[in-house]
Amino acid sequence: MDVVVGQLFTGLSIGSILLLAALGLSLTFGQMGVINMAHGEFIMAGSYTAYVVQQLFSTGGASLFISLIVGFFVGGAMGALLEVTLIRRMYHRPLDTLLVTFGVGLILQQCARDIFGAPAVNVVSPGWLSGGIDILGAVVPKTRIFILILAVICVLALSFALAKTPMGRRIRAVVQNRDLAETSGISSRRTDISTFFIGSGLAGVAGVALTLIGSTSSTVGQSYLIDAFLVVVVGGLGQIKGAVIAAFALGILNSFIEYSTTASIAKVIVFVLIVFFLQARPQGLFAVKTRSLV
Amino acid sequence: MPAVSSSKMATRVLVAPLALAMVGLALTSCGSKAGDTTSADGAAAAESCVDTSGDTIKVGSLNSLSGTMAISEVTVRDSIALAIEEINASGGVDGKQIQVVAEDGASEPTMFAEKAEKLISSDCVAAVFGGWTSSSRKAMLPVFEDNDALLYYPVQYEGLESSDNIFYTGATTNQQIIPALDYLKEKGVKSLYLVGSDYVFPQTANREIKAYAAANGIEIKGEDYTPLGSTDFSTIVNKVRSADADAVFNTLNGDSNVAFFREYTNAGLKAADMPVLSVSIAEEEVAGIGAQNIEGQLTAWNYYQTVDSPENKKFVADYKAKYGADKPTSDPMEAAYTSVYLWKNTVEKAHSFAVGDIQAAADGVSFAAPEGEVVIDGANHHISKTARIGEVRPDGLIYTVWESPAPIAPDPFLETYEWASDLN
Repeated sequence: MDVVVGQLFTGLSIGSILLLAALGLSLTFGQMGVINMAHGEFIMAGSYTAYVVQQLFSTGGASLFISLIVGFFVGGAMGALLEVTLIRRMYHRPLDTLLVTFGVGLILQQCARDIFGAPAVNVVSPGWLSGGIDILGAVVPKTRIFILILAVICVLALSFALAKTPMGRRIRAVVQNRDLAETSGISSRRTDISTFFIGSGLAGVAGVALTLIGSTSSTVGQSYLIDAFLVVVVGGLGQIKGAVIAAFALGILNSFIEYSTTASIAKVIVFVLIVFFLQARPQGLFAVKTRSLV
Repeated sequence: MPAVSSSKMATRVLVAPLALAMVGLALTSCGSKAGDTTSADGAAAAESCVDTSGDTIKVGSLNSLSGTMAISEVTVRDSIALAIEEINASGGVDGKQIQVVAEDGASEPTMFAEKAEKLISSDCVAAVFGGWTSSSRKAMLPVFEDNDALLYYPVQYEGLESSDNIFYTGATTNQQIIPALDYLKEKGVKSLYLVGSDYVFPQTANREIKAYAAANGIEIKGEDYTPLGSTDFSTIVNKVRSADADAVFNTLNGDSNVAFFREYTNAGLKAADMPVLSVSIAEEEVAGIGAQNIEGQLTAWNYYQTVDSPENKKFVADYKAKYGADKPTSDPMEAAYTSVYLWKNTVEKAHSFAVGDIQAAADGVSFAAPEGEVVIDGANHHISKTARIGEVRPDGLIYTVWESPAPIAPDPFLETYEWASDLN
């Protein structure tokens, strides 16, 4: 029993991390069709933000919350800058965005290495997050529960922003039909920047959360980038609910397969399952409803 | 206009790199199991292009300055540089100043092989210092053998190897893993859980640990590998917890250790109840893990920053003076530092930079290293080393809790252990 509960929570927590990493992508890749390989480096920027904030504000619990907010703006600002300088020139050329952003990612990694050094740095988790909580015989680390809650908050906030705010409405309008949106007076330029700001900001938040479980090094984003893309593709492009279901499904699937096999084999099995799934349902779990004529 | 068509295209575009990445991942793990990639042609060794006519002699320094291993290997590069600087300041090697050509192996075995080839063939270096993972060494081995060149490899490894073209200045298994197992056995450990990265060193080391355990009545409760660089250990920690072994033997490399120890500590597992003995975490990594996450855990090495000897006090002081007071020294750094001096002493004994002369002169060459006196064994190109079990304290340093009474002679093929007879 405690094994099943333990693995279930492990799956949920892997899922919540995948979700945090993928949420921003479901905006920039899913909704805008931009393959941003530098998304991982925005995650990294969030991690280092947490480190810097901690150096400035000592290691109290407050520094985590400050980091989450600052991390959002640091990631967002980097994303908006990337959009304005490079990606803007490449909409509708996904292959080019892939190559260019991959290059940007490598440059950002090297910058991080030059600024913070090659060895991983340690971000101290606040004291109230150390240790675990006993749930039905399984010990679930508090950090993991915190990340789960954070992921839920991010999903709710993003859904609310897209559904209820004027900016969210503009984003949805531009995604559904760019030309018609422009005709009705929406600046698609400005909307693109804000979409990128939010998407990359969420990557920054993911980066701050990752400092609670692993190392903070220049390659931290790389480990999550492919998984994040998988979540978005499996969930259906541009679908937040798809990303949520896909992230938790993949997390739980992974944790149970890993328990009975090994980490390497679990990765391969999950990937093979995804390939079969995409054969049967190339559009992912959910498809974008659009009014455009294609 | 095509939100949909562009995103569909994006999906298609994306699937190809993803598939490639996975195939690459699969190949890497197969490759590491297949092990040695000996070249088939066995062509005659290339003519050495080392230039010994001038006042300087070139050597190569080849370490991962990027990628998942950079956390560890940059420090090795730094201590190689320190040794070379000291030697140059005191008159050089056989009267010649050493000039370093530094290269980045980028944590990729193929990159190590390529850069080794470059250092030997186009930079014409007299010897190369570096390498960390066993995969990098296995990839470089045929390059050094085909070119008849010299590699000084400074990291503890899984043993079962000996090449005339490599000097192994880190520990082999009977100088690190076996003393560690002896220590655990003496402390009453009756069962072990094995956790490692999925490549050459952990797989081979665990084969040896299982053979030792079988011969010594220790039960292996489980064995898990994760891809190099993996950061999610929740499942493995759950498995370790439910297996309830007396101790965990950890052969993880690089960044993975940070995630593993955080998960381990957060899941409420403590050194006092279920100690983790690691063979690949040194002082440098402790800072990244956070001392509070690894306090009380054990390591097995031949050297710690806290080793009390005049040679070590000088080494630590010089290193800190050059690289910063907050920079710790570690076992692979010390072995790398020592290897430069062993090369110098061998060259001066042979009065030659030629590979053949160095190989002939190597037996018995010694150096008063920070870890204590080390001597090259000419038969297997390893060196004698003192084994030390250490404990991580809250100050982030590792303190010796046990050490072998004398340097242990290297036995890379474990020929002196009966239980190891099936391993070769």
